[in-house]
Amino acid sequence: MSEASSELRVSLWRGGAEGRYETYRVPRRDSQTVLDVVTYVQRHIDPTLSYRFACRVGMCGSCAMTVNGRPRWTCRTHVAKVAGSGALEIGPLENLPVIKDLATDMAPFFEKWREAKGAFAPSRTRTDPMPRIRPDSPARIAADAAIECINCGVCYAACDTVRWNGGYLGPAALNRAWTLVNDERDAGNAARLQAVAASGGCHACHSHQSCQEHCPLSLDPTASIAGLKRRTAVAYLKGELKP
Amino acid sequence: MNVRLYVWQRGTAALMVPLVALHLAVIFYATRQDLSAADILTRTRGSIAWGGYYGLFVAAVSIHAAIGVRNVLAEWLPLTDRRAGQLAVAFGLLLAVLGFRAVAAVVL
Repeated sequence: MSEASSELRVSLWRGGAEGRYETYRVPRRDSQTVLDVVTYVQRHIDPTLSYRFACRVGMCGSCAMTVNGRPRWTCRTHVAKVAGSGALEIGPLENLPVIKDLATDMAPFFEKWREAKGAFAPSRTRTDPMPRIRPDSPARIAADAAIECINCGVCYAACDTVRWNGGYLGPAALNRAWTLVNDERDAGNAARLQAVAASGGCHACHSHQSCQEHCPLSLDPTASIAGLKRRTAVAYLKGELKP
Repeated sequence: MNVRLYVWQRGTAALMVPLVALHLAVIFYATRQDLSAADILTRTRGSIAWGGYYGLFVAAVSIHAAIGVRNVLAEWLPLTDRRAGQLAVAFGLLLAVLGFRAVAAVVL
């Protein structure tokens, strides 16, 4: 390995909203992830560096950051894939308040999840028999396509509409709402459709598809939002929604 | 944008698809046939069909464009939804007045 490629030049965001990028030198290793790089800085160079992670295997959705200008899950992003020149610029996710360094405040993200009625509303009690959901039913197939979201916030950070419209619920919350709209066991769809049909709901989406482009799990929130647009439009025309 | 504005905007867009197609066909026909302004006015004066067709076109354009402008204003300027809506209604009314005036000029 040449001298030039044995070391990474890593710029990390330091401070809050008014912070700045500071540059560090980090040894380059085989199969190194961006999260490995951040962890190296914190453990060997500056222990005051703040960032967030948990599982390190792409399941918990807590380690997303902006890497060379793109929102990514850092634990599953290999340095070799994003730092061909040997330079990395790592910042906090966009469209969310910065707490410190690389850690953002995810509260607005999850508040919008709640506003979109992203919680399951049971239609049965525990004494009722389990409902039988056919895996090949159209509703189950639609829910399956969107259900694997890990709430990493990458789509929210990538969304132009979130950037322009602070009241927009965002792709993750609407994607979650779409899974529940297609859940035959759920009893909360009247309130859910009302919530996503209001100003700042699914109809604010411009279908830029940045969420789909950046989603680390290759989900398609744009398709989920399009489904909500159709479902709410039909409900409105039937007089079931009062905007 | 809420679902009511969405339905109106998509509905007027769907309505304009055949209207725009016919409008383009009329333009091609008029130019290919070398129709003069007088020839065109002979055909349109007193025509309920042309008046209705272009009147519908003006109404659809005014609604569709006003909703689009409302979205642009709400996203790009520091305006409340209410203020953006008021400006958009004013813009839509302006389009409607100009459009209906033009329709009246060729039909009446």
